[in-house]
Amino acid sequence: MAIFSISGVKLAGIATTVPMHEVSNLDFETIPEAERKLFVRSTGINKRRVAKKGTCTSDLCEHAANALLKALNWNPEEISVLVFLTQTPDYITPATAALLQHKLGLPKTCMALDVNLGCSGYPYGLSLVASLLRNMPGAKALFLAGDVSSACLSEQDKSAAPIFSDAGSATALVQDSTAADMHFNLETDGSGYEAIIIPQGGYRNPTTLESLQYVEESPGIIRNKTNLILNGINVFNFSVQIAPKNARALMEHLNMDQSAIDYFVFHQANLIINESIRKKMGLTLEQAPQTLHRFGNTSSATIPITIASEIQAAISKKPCRLLLSGFGVGLSWGSAIIETNGMVCLPVIEADL
Amino acid sequence: MQLVSFIAHIEEEFEDLPKGLIVGETAFRQLDGWSSMMALILIARIDSEYNVNLSAEELAEAATVNDLFDLVKARVAI
Repeated sequence: MAIFSISGVKLAGIATTVPMHEVSNLDFETIPEAERKLFVRSTGINKRRVAKKGTCTSDLCEHAANALLKALNWNPEEISVLVFLTQTPDYITPATAALLQHKLGLPKTCMALDVNLGCSGYPYGLSLVASLLRNMPGAKALFLAGDVSSACLSEQDKSAAPIFSDAGSATALVQDSTAADMHFNLETDGSGYEAIIIPQGGYRNPTTLESLQYVEESPGIIRNKTNLILNGINVFNFSVQIAPKNARALMEHLNMDQSAIDYFVFHQANLIINESIRKKMGLTLEQAPQTLHRFGNTSSATIPITIASEIQAAISKKPCRLLLSGFGVGLSWGSAIIETNGMVCLPVIEADL
Repeated sequence: MQLVSFIAHIEEEFEDLPKGLIVGETAFRQLDGWSSMMALILIARIDSEYNVNLSAEELAEAATVNDLFDLVKARVAI
């Protein structure tokens, strides 16, 4: 069972970058206007952020990382660990983390690796980086997470395209023996791997000419086999059952009451899912802030974006205890309980990317 | 679990339809305002009211409100 705690690692800072360009879901032309309004009301996502053609997740993360290093007054030469978590890497091979090591000016003595996870990725990535840092006295790390989902979606697929936005995040961690413990509960169920999938273009089903043909699967859903597929109903059922259960299990493990948590930061999937989870856990909107209306579903970046957008002011005033919960593609899910003592948190940055 | 209250929940989600239009025999996919989004909305409402999670495959098997009611009722009874 992957319930565990890590001591001696401090969360030093968070920065997030989104593209400037916004697209309104009320302009989603492939479905009737009444259905667009119902979509916006139900998902809570009226606008989405779309990166320029050619912009990769690594570009958004690089932007956030540079802003964060500057705000922390950290020299890139000091970084020992770089983890880049995404499902939209620059290349299939090599790992994008290697390119980022070079672009960010990190030393060759820095270890760098990619992690392929989506909406569950933020707590997963934090646990990996913290595990690595705990045995490196004084060492510093960057954890970069995000996706340019617009690159793998069909713009004519009403069941997926209007949900997702593009974003990159950077989180800085440092080995510090005085830091509060971080706690994690990480889980997986690969039997649900088809709920969110890009079916072709990997090595199980390599790309063929046929992969690239657009097919009308049903009204309003036109896509090819290299586009992301999302089974909304099955993802709903999975999310509303496991997210509260996983978070409660972590709190119970720590003998921690819900009232001991200042903020519950859930992955922002869509409003139907997030409201169901919030109500099942009996949380107020203030306790479980939402950013769907501003930034949509940005995959592994929703948690840092929601921290930066909604609770940055609270964090800057006093240390807060946060429960972070991610869930989605894999299927993979997990939660983390962290404390933000002295953490630097920049407001969400809009970039011309 | 009563059919009349089950229908009332569905009616609330089809807010543009006049009350009383939806009955047990109603083929809900033929209703004005039906879309795949409504499928997710109904699944969420059923989860919230009855704590029952119907899969996409189970929903696909239901043609009428009665079919849906029977599916949920069988799961509530367990």
